Formats: sequence, structure tokens, C-alpha cells
Amino acid sequence: MSGRVLVGVKRVIDYAVKIRVKPDNTGVVTDGVKHSMNPFCEIAVEEAVKLKEKKLIKEVVAVSCGPQQSQETIRTALAMGADRGIHVDVSGKDYENLGPLQVSKILAALAKQEDAQLILLGKQAIDDDCNQTGQMTAALLDWPQGTFASEVSLEGDKINLVREIDGGLEHIKINTPAVITADLRLNTPRYATLPNIMDSLMNNETELHKPNHRTSLCVGLIPLFETVAPEDMQGGTDRSGAMLRHTVLQSGLGLHTRSLVVFSIGIGKNKTKLGTV
Amino acid sequence: LDWQLFSVLQPADSMLPLMSTPRITTHYTIHPRDKDPRWEGVEMERFADEADVVIVGGGPAGLAAAIRLKQLANKHEKELRVCVVEKAPQIGAHTLSGACLEPSALTELIPDWKERGAPLNTPVTEDVFSILTEKYRIPVPMMPGLPMQNHGNYIVRMGNLVRWLGEQAEEVGVELYPGYAAAEVLFHEDGSVKGIATNDVGIAKDGSPKDIFERGMELHAKVTLFGEGCHGHLAKQLYKKFNLRENCEPQTYAIGLKELWMIDEKKWRPGRVEHSVGWPLDRNTYGGSFLYHLNEGEPLVALGFVVGLDYTNPYLSPFREFQRWKHHPFVAPTLEGGQRIAYGARALNEGGFQSIPKLTFPGGLLIGCSPGFMNVPKIKGTHTAMKSGMLAAEAIFPKLTAETLDSETAGLHVPEYAENLKNSWVWKELYAVRNIRPSFHNYFGLYGGMIYTGIFYWIFRGKEPWTLKHCGTDANQLKPAKECTPIEYPKPDGKISFDLLSSVALSGTNHEGDQPPHLTLKDDSIPVARNLGIYDGPEQRFCPAGVYEYVPLDTGDGMRLQINAQNCVHCKTCDIKDPSQNINWVVPEGGGGPAYNGM
Repeated sequence: MSGRVLVGVKRVIDYAVKIRVKPDNTGVVTDGVKHSMNPFCEIAVEEAVKLKEKKLIKEVVAVSCGPQQSQETIRTALAMGADRGIHVDVSGKDYENLGPLQVSKILAALAKQEDAQLILLGKQAIDDDCNQTGQMTAALLDWPQGTFASEVSLEGDKINLVREIDGGLEHIKINTPAVITADLRLNTPRYATLPNIMDSLMNNETELHKPNHRTSLCVGLIPLFETVAPEDMQGGTDRSGAMLRHTVLQSGLGLHTRSLVVFSIGIGKNKTKLGTV
Repeated sequence: LDWQLFSVLQPADSMLPLMSTPRITTHYTIHPRDKDPRWEGVEMERFADEADVVIVGGGPAGLAAAIRLKQLANKHEKELRVCVVEKAPQIGAHTLSGACLEPSALTELIPDWKERGAPLNTPVTEDVFSILTEKYRIPVPMMPGLPMQNHGNYIVRMGNLVRWLGEQAEEVGVELYPGYAAAEVLFHEDGSVKGIATNDVGIAKDGSPKDIFERGMELHAKVTLFGEGCHGHLAKQLYKKFNLRENCEPQTYAIGLKELWMIDEKKWRPGRVEHSVGWPLDRNTYGGSFLYHLNEGEPLVALGFVVGLDYTNPYLSPFREFQRWKHHPFVAPTLEGGQRIAYGARALNEGGFQSIPKLTFPGGLLIGCSPGFMNVPKIKGTHTAMKSGMLAAEAIFPKLTAETLDSETAGLHVPEYAENLKNSWVWKELYAVRNIRPSFHNYFGLYGGMIYTGIFYWIFRGKEPWTLKHCGTDANQLKPAKECTPIEYPKPDGKISFDLLSSVALSGTNHEGDQPPHLTLKDDSIPVARNLGIYDGPEQRFCPAGVYEYVPLDTGDGMRLQINAQNCVHCKTCDIKDPSQNINWVVPEGGGGPAYNGM
């Protein structure tokens, strides 16, 4: 067991900033906007550092996929107690196409390369709220996954986990190597203090990786999504309302209501359609 | 929560009537930790590091000083460690300014700024000055020689310029540490300045240590430059300690509120500069507006309103004056169909020449808007701030690198900086306009001031032999509420004018919630007794972020002051204008505050 933990950290727009949609409707304005480490990633880093302090693991490696500025995020992780950083350089058009699937492939490749025993991630990022990277990484590696963790304890080569699920709390025991994603109540992250930031600036413990077909981090960054503005919708007739009533009565749901409110909500230029049946 | 806190903690040993005033202030600057039992046994040692020069504040003055120092060091092949600490989470995030930049200082600092991509993209093409009445506009011809004439200047988004300066600083080897606030000045045994300490983190709202408590760090330096901007909190301490203000007038201020709007392309006139005075302010309240059309590829305008903080009516709300000015028939058409994308506010200096304090003391210097070099009629302070930073660097450098460290005190004393400043164009410029602002203190107010400016500045270039005085501190100018009439402000319409809280949301401001409020009160009982009792709580109105609210007590009778510290945009107006001078703004945990983007 290498005792090495990979922690994923993502650079996202700070949660307190008011988001603005770009004039061409293809995304949000990011230029010059305050960014910081994803709060759930901070919790993941804190958990990894705690495990190291308890001497249950030996090394914490912080990984971030993104442009040049991601190095600041890695430096914050180093200042919190990570030992090394890996910056996977993805910028420009590639960065716009970077999503959970690509990141999971990168993490899986890195985990094999670094012989990692554990991957700690935040449960989701606050910019896309995908909640997919942890699960996909585990699937690609065929590792057990402990997602939405609110308590983690290592027991030999197994992990006891408490998961926050819709029904309450679930206690599971999984084998290592594994992927864990951190939920809010796992811990309270420590501050990255100035002496540690200065250290991480001086020591430059961050490797740079550029994914391309020559390295093992060959990841296809084919665009999977296209963002378009919603079309202008015209106001409709009440036919949809009547259709719905018809369908409901036909289905014999036995609804004895006097009216059903039918509404649709659109974003952007769509008009809100309101009708009563 | 206030009641629970009060019953758990010991009552403050002040004039508080026992158990009747809820405790508001929990900050350790008011309630020291060495007497606090909750802090017993907590490790208070601080990690210390040495630099040659530490600069407090990563704004135009601080960065210009840092760049100039490293330029000199690199040119003379000397090793010099220059560290800049800045409370904003990224360089430029706490910067707010109109702004029409006079590029003189920038050209002196970095002559090839254009090739290096400095964001000076909008040369001024049109310059319009008006006196507004409620419905009409009186144009004032902008003749060459008038101080607000802007030929040769650039409209800039100051936050972007500061960010660019930060990049230039890193290129020459300056160490920048955004997100870390200088909270304390450190002194040698001989009383000279030793450096600064950054803020502690992990203190809970009630003042007790959290699990993640960590002490700040000490940065020692041979000389420390204080460039905190207008009304810096460390500078406030230094004035007292070194008696720096004994031979100058008290500083006077204004508050500037600003918004960025994306307007309809048809209304966009890039390079156009508009200023106005008059409506909605009365002739005895100093202030005016600005509206600049930027030219950076999109129809963006920067507009704002400045109100002199020597206003007398406690019912005046600078924010609401700003919002109602936007409805003027000369202004509203530009904004119709547009969208507001940013909001912020900051205090600015108006004292000028008469209020410049002593600038140097053993171990340190004051640069930029902190001592205050703003040219008030020009409404420009950035060029003088940068020049002061450069002059400081040029004065310090030979002393730092001299063979023998020539100093009587452990911290370097550099009086040459003040000498150089007196011989520079900064001094001449400020001297020439010294009487314009004080000339508004006459029966005719605004109009008297404009006539004075016309005669003595435009014709005589400020050479008159007398120097007018200011009226005293801004805090002393407020009249009791019963002597003044409340002002009826129109309701915001949600399209051109807006309410306070949605504006604050646009500033992106936020602070860690569980920390002692950084708006500290020397005496918790004074707000209700004095500010509310005599002046009807002016802080509810002059704070541009809604930090201060008087809310009814839980027991039903009486009010209490609620401080919403998380809203603070670090403008410093409360520290300036509080009629009881009871509010002491200190620095919150670093990284908190507004998240301005190119303001």
C-alpha cells in the first residue's frame, strides 16, 4: 500500500459572487471574476490532511485540471497541508469542454500512475453541480465508492463510512483502494495561513501535465455539449391544459379537484405560461 | 443571541448599565484576550519572517512603490525582498474608482505601458460639465485650464489597471500576498516600526477561539510602507502614536458610490466624460456625479455619485441621492434599456494640501490616499498616489542598500521621502488647488465655490497668498435630527434606481460569518443613547451596504443597533462620519470584503 491519497481540487467562481450570463448567451462571465477553491474540495483536502496527521496515510497529492490559474488552487491545497501538487493543464476551448467524464478519466489515469490508495473528491462542484466525477472515477477504476461521506474512518485496509442520503444516514464498509466524495458535514476546513502559502510559492511542488496522445493522460476532449440560448417561445392556447385534464381524467386518477393549475417555466427569453384547467 | 452572549460572558468594564445593553462588540481590540478566560492556554506565538520592505496595501500607490523598488534593485543588481500584503482576495478586488486617469505617473513608472498591455483603452473624447436643477441642465463650458478638463486622460476600469500593475509587480519579482490583511503594527523596543502582523483566523463571533484558530504571521522589515488607501485603520493608529497630525488640518472626506451599466448600444458614446453638480444636492452639500462611457468592446458605462461627508443633515442618504440622481432627464435616457452589472462604494479624501500629515516616522512611511494626495477639483488621486509610492521607493532604496545602515532607530527613518515629495509636481499641483474645496464653505455654497474657482484658479492659478481652512472634522458637522427635516426620497423603480440590498448583492461582498464583527464600537451603549437619540441613527443612511440597522429590542421597548458585518464593502465611511466617533473599523479576516471586477 503506497499510502498515497489523490485529492481533486477545482477552481470555481466564488460562491458569493453574483453570476452574469455572457452577452452571447454561451456561458457565464468568468474574466476577472473572483474564483476560489470549490468548498467541497476544501473539505476533501482537509480530510486528507487529517488522515495524514493521524498517520493513516503517507502522502497527499492535490490534483487540479484547468488553465494556468488552477495553480493558485493547488497552492492553497499545499498551504493547507498537501505534500505535492499536479496541475493538468487544460485551457482555452478544451477547458470549455472539460466535464466530469474527462476529469474522471484523467483522475483514473493519474491514480494508476501514482499508485494511489484513495481518491478524495468533493461531492460536487458549485458551478455545474454535476455530482458525477467521483462516481465515474470509481467506475472507470472499478473501485468501490463512498459518496456524500459525513464520517470517514480507516480500519486496516477497509474504510468505514457514514453517508448522508435522502433517508438519513447510511453506514457502509468498503475496501481500499476506493473513491470517497466529501459532503458538507465531514469536517471544517482549516485556513491556508500565510507562512504556508509563502512556503508553497517558494518550493513549487507542483508538476505540470499536458494531456495529449503521447502521454498516458491521453483524454479525448471532444465537445459533448453545445450551449444555445432558448428560442423565443410564443404564447400557447389552452389546448395543452385541456389535454392534461383529459389525460388525468382518462387515467382514472380519481382527482376530485375543482381545478388544476398548469404552468411552465422558461428561462431567458421564454415567457412564463400560466393556464388553469 | 445577543442576550445569550451577554449572560455567558462577563459584563464589559465600561459605563454599560448592567445587563441593559446587549453586547455588540466582541473583537479583541476592544476586549483584550489576555484578560479573557476563554483564551487561557491558547498558543499565541506567531511565526515571523523577514523582508527588506513590507508594503501594506496592493493598490496603485503600494504597487507603484513595489515596482519602483524592484526596478531599482534589478538595475543596480541588488537583492531586495519586497512583500505586499493586501486584504482583498485578489489584487484589484477592493479597488473602486471613477476613473479618469492622468497617465503621467504611469508613464514615469512604466514608460512602455502601452506595449505591455496596460488597460488604458479609452482616451477621453468628449468632456461635458453641467449644473443640474430638478428638471433642467445648465451646461458649463469646459475651458482649457479648468481643473476638471480631461484632455489627454484615459477612462479606465481601475480594478483592471491595479490587476495589471499586480502582474507587472510579479514580473519584476515582488511578492504579492492577496487575501492576507495587515491587522497590527509591530514595534521595536525603541518605538520604531518593526513591521506588521497579519490577521488571526478562526475566532468565533462571540470572540472565543475556534478549533481552527491560527495566529497571523509577523512580517518584519527594515521599513514599512502604509498604502491602505483613504482612511486606513493602521494609519489611524500611527497618527496617534507618532503625532503625525499635529501640524495639519484634520482630513475631510467624501463618499463615492459607483455602478457599472451595460447600456443600449445606440446610447453608447465611447470616450465621453460627463460630470455634474447641483441637483439632487442642495447648494450647501458638496457633491456631484460622474458618468464615463468606456470603450472596451462592449457598451459599458461607469457612473456614480460623490457626496461630501461634511454634510449637516443626518437624514441625508448618499445612496438614495445617487439612486434619485439617475432619474434626472439628462441621465435617465442613457440608462434606459440598460442593465446594471456592478455596484460599490468607497470613501475618498477631500482635504488636499491642508490635510497632509507628517509622512515619515521611524521605520515607516505613508503613501497614496492614506495620507491623501487627491486633487479634489480634478477628482483624481491615482496619479499622485502612484507618484508618492515611486518617490518613497526612490528615497528608501539608497538607504537600504547603503554600505552602512545609517539610522538612529532600529526601523529606518526616511525623511528624504517627504523632502522629495515637497519638491515634486505632486506638491505644486496640490498647492494650486488647495483653496477650491474650502471655498464651498460660504453662504452661497456651491455657487460661491464655483465663482471662487473661476477667479482664483482659472485666472490666478492658485497663486493667491492665503490658504483657506476646512471646517473641522466631518464627524462634527452633523446637526441634531430635531433641527433638520427628513428628506423624502422616491421609491426605487427597479429599472434605473434600486434598493440597497440588491445593490449590496451586486458588490459580491461576503465575509466569514462566524467571526467578531469588524465594525467595533468603543462603547456599546453609545449608538442608542447618542447616535439614535440625538441624530436619529445616521449610520443607517450613510452606510452604502446596509451594515447598520436599528431594530426593536426583543423585550419590546427600545431599540438596539444590529451590525450586519457581512455586508461591509470596506468603504470606511462609518469610521469617518460617526458623530460619536465610536465606530472603529478594523480589518476582518483576510479575503473577505467586496469582489469588485474592474471597478
